[in-house]
Amino acid sequence: MSDIVLKTENLTKHYGGVHALQEANFELRKGEHVAIMGDNGAGKSTFVRQITGVEQRTDGKIWFDGKEVNFAGPIEAREAGIETVFQNLALADDLDVPSNLFLGREKVLFNLGPFSILDRKAMRRATEAALIRTAVKIPNLSSTIRHMSGGQRQCVAIARTATFASKLIIMDEPTAALGVQETAQVENIIRTLKENGEPLILISHNMRQVFDLVDRIVVFRRGRIVANLRKQDTDGNDIVAYITGAKTGQAELQAA
Amino acid sequence: MSQTSHGIGGLSYDAKKRPWPAEFNVFLALVILVGAFELIGRVFLGDSFLFNTRENVDAIFNEQRLQIIILQVSIVGIIAIGVTQVIICGGIDLSSGSIVGATAMIAMSFAQVATVNGNPNPKAMFIAYGWTDLPVIVPLLVAIGCGLIAGLINGALIAYTRIPPFIATLGMMVTARGIAKWWSKGQPISFPTDSFAAIGKGLMPVIIFISLAILFQLILSYTRYGKHCYAIGSNEDAARMSGIKIANHKVLVYVIAGILASIAAVVLSSKNLTAQAGMGVMYELDAIAMAVIGGVSLSGGRGSIIGTVIGSLIFGVIISGFTFLRLDAYYQEMVKGVIIVGAVVLDQWRQRRRAIGA
Ligand SMILES: Nc1ncnc2c1ncn2[C@@H]1O[C@H](COP(=O)(O)OP(=O)(O)OP(=O)(O)O)[C@@H](O)[C@H]1O
Ligand SMILES: [Mg+2]
Repeated sequence: MSDIVLKTENLTKHYGGVHALQEANFELRKGEHVAIMGDNGAGKSTFVRQITGVEQRTDGKIWFDGKEVNFAGPIEAREAGIETVFQNLALADDLDVPSNLFLGREKVLFNLGPFSILDRKAMRRATEAALIRTAVKIPNLSSTIRHMSGGQRQCVAIARTATFASKLIIMDEPTAALGVQETAQVENIIRTLKENGEPLILISHNMRQVFDLVDRIVVFRRGRIVANLRKQDTDGNDIVAYITGAKTGQAELQAA
Repeated sequence: MSQTSHGIGGLSYDAKKRPWPAEFNVFLALVILVGAFELIGRVFLGDSFLFNTRENVDAIFNEQRLQIIILQVSIVGIIAIGVTQVIICGGIDLSSGSIVGATAMIAMSFAQVATVNGNPNPKAMFIAYGWTDLPVIVPLLVAIGCGLIAGLINGALIAYTRIPPFIATLGMMVTARGIAKWWSKGQPISFPTDSFAAIGKGLMPVIIFISLAILFQLILSYTRYGKHCYAIGSNEDAARMSGIKIANHKVLVYVIAGILASIAAVVLSSKNLTAQAGMGVMYELDAIAMAVIGGVSLSGGRGSIIGTVIGSLIFGVIISGFTFLRLDAYYQEMVKGVIIVGAVVLDQWRQRRRAIGA
C-alpha cells in the first residue's frame, strides 16, 4: 500500500443526467507512468478534473500520497503536489509568458500580502530555463501569448508543470497541438520524468506515443474503465478493441 | 542566449521594432485633438487654445486653461482609477457616482463647524450631540468607511452570488443615491471646518489625482494584485485553475473602487464647501468613458492607469475646447456620448481583428 501514489475507489461524476464518469477504480504506483486512452467524451478529462479538485465528484474516494484527500479546489491539489496540464490549457491570453508560467504562484521580492512586489527578473530567468527544456521557439517572452501558436502555448503550459516540484504530474493531451519536433521534445521531457522516478498520468490519443512512453495503459469507455493492461501484455489492436467496445474487459480488470 | 534581443529557441527578435504600447495611440489622439482646437481657434477666433496670448503675462502656455483642463477632470479621474482596475478585472462599476453622493453627505455631516459668524451653525446635523469641529481624521475615516462598505457589498454580491457586476452595481447605484437623499432629507450640508476645506483647495485635487494614479499604476504593474487583475479579466477559468482566489480578489477590487470613489467625494465636497444629494450624478459613466477612451478594454484583461489618465485629459480638453470655442454645454454632452460609443466600437474592432489574426 505504501508505494501507491494515487488511488481512486468508485470515483463517479454525473453532470445532471450525463454519467460522465462511473465507479472508476484506479491506482498509480511510485515512479509509474500510466496512459489513459479512450474515445472523445469517454470521461478522461472528467477523471482528471475530479482528481485535481477542479470539480467536486458525485461519489467515490481518492487517496493521494498515503492519505485520503478531498481537494476543495485546484490550489489544494497543487499544494499537495499534483501538477496538471489541463486540456484547455488554463492560460491567460493577455499576459506574457513568465506571468503565465508563474500564474497563481508568483515569485515576490517583498511580501505585502496581495500587494506583494513581483520579482519579474527572477521569473523571467526561470522561464527561459524552463522553456529551453521544451525546445520551443518563442521570439519574445514579454509579448502576450494571445498571438502565439497552439504549440507555443502548449509548451508554456508544459514548461509550467515541469518547473515546479511535484509528486504527480498529469498531462491531458499535451502534444495534441504540437509539431513533430516539439512533440519529440515533450516526449523527452516525459522520459526525463521517468528517469527521475516522477509518476505521471498521460492522456493521449497517440498509440505510438503511448507504447513508447508508459508502463501501463488504462482504457476509458462511456465513463467506465474497461481495461487496465501492462504494456507488455497488450498491443495496439487490443487497445483499439477496448476503445471501440469490440472487446469488454471485466475479466482482466479483476485480475489486475 | 539570455539577452532580451534574442528569443528562446533561435527565433530572432528585434527589440527595437516591438509594437507601440496602446497608450501611445491614445496620447497621439490627445495631441491631435489639442492641435485641432488650436487650429480652429487660430483660424476662426484669432486666439490660441494652448499658448499664452496675453501680453502682460510672461508665460509660454495658457497656464490657466491647462490648470482648468486637469482640475475639472481630476475628481472624476480619481474614480476612473478605481473603475479602470475593475474593468481590467472583467467587471464594471456603475455605483461610483452614487457612492460619491452618499459619502459626501455622510462625511460632510462629520466635518461641520459649531459656529458661523458667531452664531451656532444652523445646518450642523449633529450639533445636538456636540459632534462639531471634529478633527479632520473623523470625516476622512467616515468617508473611507462608506466607500469600503459599499465596495464590500458590491464585491460580495458579485463574487458570492455570481450576479453580473452590471446588476450588482446598478443596485448599489440606486440604493446609494437614495441614502444620499435620505441622509439630510434633501438638504445640502455645508460649513466644513478649515482643515476639511483644505483637502480640495486650489490644485489639491490634481495633486491627489496624480499621486493616486502613480500609486495604482505601480500596483497594477508590479504587484501580485495587479497581475491577478489582468489574469482574471483575461481568462477567469485559467486564473481559477492556476489557484488564484477569484472571490477574494474581486471583493478587494470593488472595495478599492469604492474607497477611491469616497476619496473623490471628500475632495469634491471639500472643494465646493458643501455636500448635496445630487453630487456625482453621471460620474460613473464619465469615469468609465475616461477608461475606455484611454484604451481599457471593456471585455477585461487590457488597459492601464496611464491610459486612463490620458483618457481623462482627452475628456478635459474636449470640455475646455468647447468652452474655448464658445459652444453650448449641450454640444459637449452630445459629443461626449459620441466619443464614448466611438471608443467602444474601436475596442470591439481591435478585438475582432485580433481574433481573426490569431
Ligand atoms: N460540465 C459538463 N456538463 C455536462 N456534461 C459534461 C461536462 N463536462 C463534460 N461533460 C460530458 O462528459 C463526458 C465526458 O467528457 P470528457 O471531457 O471527460 O471527455 P474526454 O474523454 O476527455 O474526451 P476528449 O478525448 O474529447 O478530450 C462528455 O460526454 C461530455 O460531454
Ligand atoms: Mg478530454
